[in-house]
Amino acid sequence: MHIDEVKSQFPIFSKKINGKQLVYLDSSNSAQKPTSVIKSLDNFYKNEFSNIGRSIHSLSVNATNKFEETRMSVKKFINASSKDEIIFTKNATEAINLVATTFGQKHIEKGDEILITELEHHSNYIPWHYLRKNKGAVIKFAPINDDGDILIDKFKELITSKTKIIALTHLSNVTGTIVPIKEIIEIAKKKNIPVLVDGCQSAPHLKIDVKDLDCDFYAISCHKIYGPTGVGVLYAKKEWLESLPPYIGGGGMISEVKKDKVTYAPLPEKYEAGTMPTAEVVAFNESIKFMQSIGIENIIKHENELTSYALEKMKKINSVNIVGNPKNKAGVISFTIKGIHPHDISTIVDEEGVAIRAGHHCCQILHERLNLPASARASIGIYNTKEDIDILCKAIENCRKVFDIK
Amino acid sequence: MDLKQLYQDIILEHGKSPRNFGKCEKYTHEAKGHNPLCGDKVQIFLNLNKEKKVENLTFEGSGCAISMASTSIMTELVKGKSLEAAKKIVLDFLDMIKNTQEIKSEELDEDQKTKIMSLSGVKQYPMRVKCATLGWHTLSSAMLEKKEEVNTEAFD
Repeated sequence: MHIDEVKSQFPIFSKKINGKQLVYLDSSNSAQKPTSVIKSLDNFYKNEFSNIGRSIHSLSVNATNKFEETRMSVKKFINASSKDEIIFTKNATEAINLVATTFGQKHIEKGDEILITELEHHSNYIPWHYLRKNKGAVIKFAPINDDGDILIDKFKELITSKTKIIALTHLSNVTGTIVPIKEIIEIAKKKNIPVLVDGCQSAPHLKIDVKDLDCDFYAISCHKIYGPTGVGVLYAKKEWLESLPPYIGGGGMISEVKKDKVTYAPLPEKYEAGTMPTAEVVAFNESIKFMQSIGIENIIKHENELTSYALEKMKKINSVNIVGNPKNKAGVISFTIKGIHPHDISTIVDEEGVAIRAGHHCCQILHERLNLPASARASIGIYNTKEDIDILCKAIENCRKVFDIK
Repeated sequence: MDLKQLYQDIILEHGKSPRNFGKCEKYTHEAKGHNPLCGDKVQIFLNLNKEKKVENLTFEGSGCAISMASTSIMTELVKGKSLEAAKKIVLDFLDMIKNTQEIKSEELDEDQKTKIMSLSGVKQYPMRVKCATLGWHTLSSAMLEKKEEVNTEAFD
């Protein structure tokens, strides 16, 4: 695989940022889009647009088929058992809210416990916080060590007879920790506790096999997998989707509507109320094809090499501190520079065309745990090269120059 | 965009060694400010004497060079002024950052105007405006004796 060939599929890299070549290191936030995805959106609106699942005319039939083709692709991509286990949502945040709300309605009572971790993104905390507020649930945070690894023994201790669900990330968007999710799911299964995995960061960078993981729920963000915004995926085991109540009510999710009674559509439509982001779902199929054209093994290999290269190079720069040092780390590299606030770092490297993120990355709990008000973050995508890392490091040197830090 | 416009020497210097930093012993007004997007925090301590003059103005907090320098410069400019003049300076600064180029206030001398204008480079960086205004909004809150913490996401 030649990265230059991969990179050339992304039109944005022919643009200049502040007169410089774009070095995009913010893929954990959102990834750039290949031409095939952009073309699909364009083509769908130009030649194929119709709403799906409602009308009998040819355009609608074709649009419906294409929409369902993506569902089949997602099913294969994450190795789900059935297409009925794939629910399209607005984003991964909505996918987690869907589970928290419907599971909470049916299974959470006052005093019940929800176990999450200190690594979680706000989107895997706030939906559960609502259950704490509205139902009197208790949220427990499994602790991490300074390296950013979950302390498995402590995690086990926090599981009690009141633990109703476990929700945790597969890959930290701050420390890059690859969580030993399979081991944790095995622990949970022994106690019959369902597990929701936040797969936002993992889906673009790791091999996902929900059957092998045996997780109950898996949330995915499509725009992070080189796909369009406005689409997320909730994978859930069929028995959950059949037994949990519906989430958003409206058109498309019903079977029969009477003045005194409503019955709901079968899966997956039960959870897909209203007009869906049709063009985006159709275009997301191209993202999956793009991933498959490279092959997940090649993606992992390239990104691992680049992560090691970046870590080695960045650690050599005086006064740079890498946030966390997990046992297994993906291409998410948060860092601080002594004497320079992350926001100042971000502004200065932007001048060199380098796009990174600065702030708490929607992880205030984690930053507080690591005693950091904020951090800067360089995150790697399939299109990044060693040259990108070299330019980043040069830009970091420039920060030190501007701030006169030795 | 020009980095030198944003990170002028005076800003870097104030950012590194902020003036009037730390809680003062005696104060009549205080307020807290927070920029939840970047984690910047500031607390303002204001001591007004009987004649409603700013006898002392100090701050504590952590944040980027822009927010620290801006708050530091603010304390220098406002200290010694009457409450009314202080309010005018704050409004004038916020107006300068968000709207007009010039400082209209007659409360500041030429040197002080030059100092305040050193912060005008931030206008080219819309994402950083909130860094520059956090301390000023917090002082405003202290002067108005508001109880809630200032939150940069709550205003434009």
